[in-house]
Amino acid sequence: MNKVISVKEAVDMIHDGMTIMIGGFLGCKNPFKLIDAMVEKGVKDLTLIANDTSFPDIGIGKLIVNKQIKKLIASHIGTNRETGNQMNAGELEVELVPQGTLAERIRAAGAGLGGILTPTGLGTVVQEGKTIINVDGKDYLLEKPLRAEVALIVGAVVDKKGNIKYKKATRNFNPLMATAADIVIVEADEIVEVGTIDPDDVMTPGLFVDYIVSGR
Amino acid sequence: MDKNLEKEFIAKRVAKELKDGDVVNLGIGLPTLVANFVPEGVEITLQSENGFVGMGPVPNEGEEDPYLVNAGGQYVTINPGGAFFDSAFSFLIIRGGHVDVTVLGALEVDEEGNLANWMIPGKMVPGMGGAMDLVTGAKKVIVAMNHTAKGAPKILKKCRLPLTAVKCVNLIITEMGVIEVTDKGLVLKEIAPEVTIEDVQNATEAQLIISDDLKLMEV
Repeated sequence: MNKVISVKEAVDMIHDGMTIMIGGFLGCKNPFKLIDAMVEKGVKDLTLIANDTSFPDIGIGKLIVNKQIKKLIASHIGTNRETGNQMNAGELEVELVPQGTLAERIRAAGAGLGGILTPTGLGTVVQEGKTIINVDGKDYLLEKPLRAEVALIVGAVVDKKGNIKYKKATRNFNPLMATAADIVIVEADEIVEVGTIDPDDVMTPGLFVDYIVSGR
Repeated sequence: MDKNLEKEFIAKRVAKELKDGDVVNLGIGLPTLVANFVPEGVEITLQSENGFVGMGPVPNEGEEDPYLVNAGGQYVTINPGGAFFDSAFSFLIIRGGHVDVTVLGALEVDEEGNLANWMIPGKMVPGMGGAMDLVTGAKKVIVAMNHTAKGAPKILKKCRLPLTAVKCVNLIITEMGVIEVTDKGLVLKEIAPEVTIEDVQNATEAQLIISDDLKLMEV
């Protein structure tokens, strides 16, 4: 099965109103090519799940500035003033989630779990509307799984089966998102032949990856 | 005291709380300075919540690595012996109690150890990032901040801003003193040079308990 496709073919799979996840951390390696193509296509009314909204002119930030996002689920929006402006103007619905809870909610979806229990957020606004479950005398919030229709992630070295090796701090949410979406597209800094990556170094097995695009 | 010297004074005092072998997470701003003042003979491991331990200093100009930023998005380095991981593992470290000390700033902290440091409704809503996880999961939570904001107390009877977490703060270190959060209330343990107990109390809304063993705050 050939997983390597063009950026255009990838973005053709993204439609108005979809729920998408995008990997990266404060613009430290978002899938820049895919995002630029989404901006060009003008796909809109998206629900976006991501750690943050980057900076206005970098990666995910552009999707916000271009008003393509209807609902955002993220842990931090402070580096992109436009996100706050749209939120205050009622143009963008924002659900703020503690970063660890965001990671675990995505992991739960990918792992087939019905949710996770965490003390993070107890006694704060994060608790509002959520079920509290007591386990052996301690309270926890029930946090539900988060799935998407499409996940756009980034890998440093990706082989043609979709096995991914990430580099340094760019792993972040990518391996989690790879497990929790119907269609997973990885933007690769480098696409290599199968067998090039030592199986010991594979961080996301290719079984999770549907399509590969070149980030070059 | 000059504002920068004041910050340095606070950071130096925080650094004295760190023990050899501690895994430490430092917040953005003043807490970041703490790394510069770790005492001789004390080796700590800095955790960066975007996914690694062994964080090193800011790189020289021209040596920035596009794959390596800290949780504030700034270019940093990694020390020999460091390790990278994904966000779930990073927060397993944080939430599972594997971080010994976290140092954060605060907008407000109160006599029960409640902390507010992530939003001002209608004004500033940056999101909590990893702050809620850090103060809930770390073994020891140190608030490092200026004692007042434009003259108004930040150490209150009860926080008024939305909380980051309930009863999470262990120690408050400011330019005026060192305050421990206990079951009985806030105990002033150390006092800065040229500051009186009355000065500290006047700058604090919560009632302070003065330690029988009150010491001079030295750095």
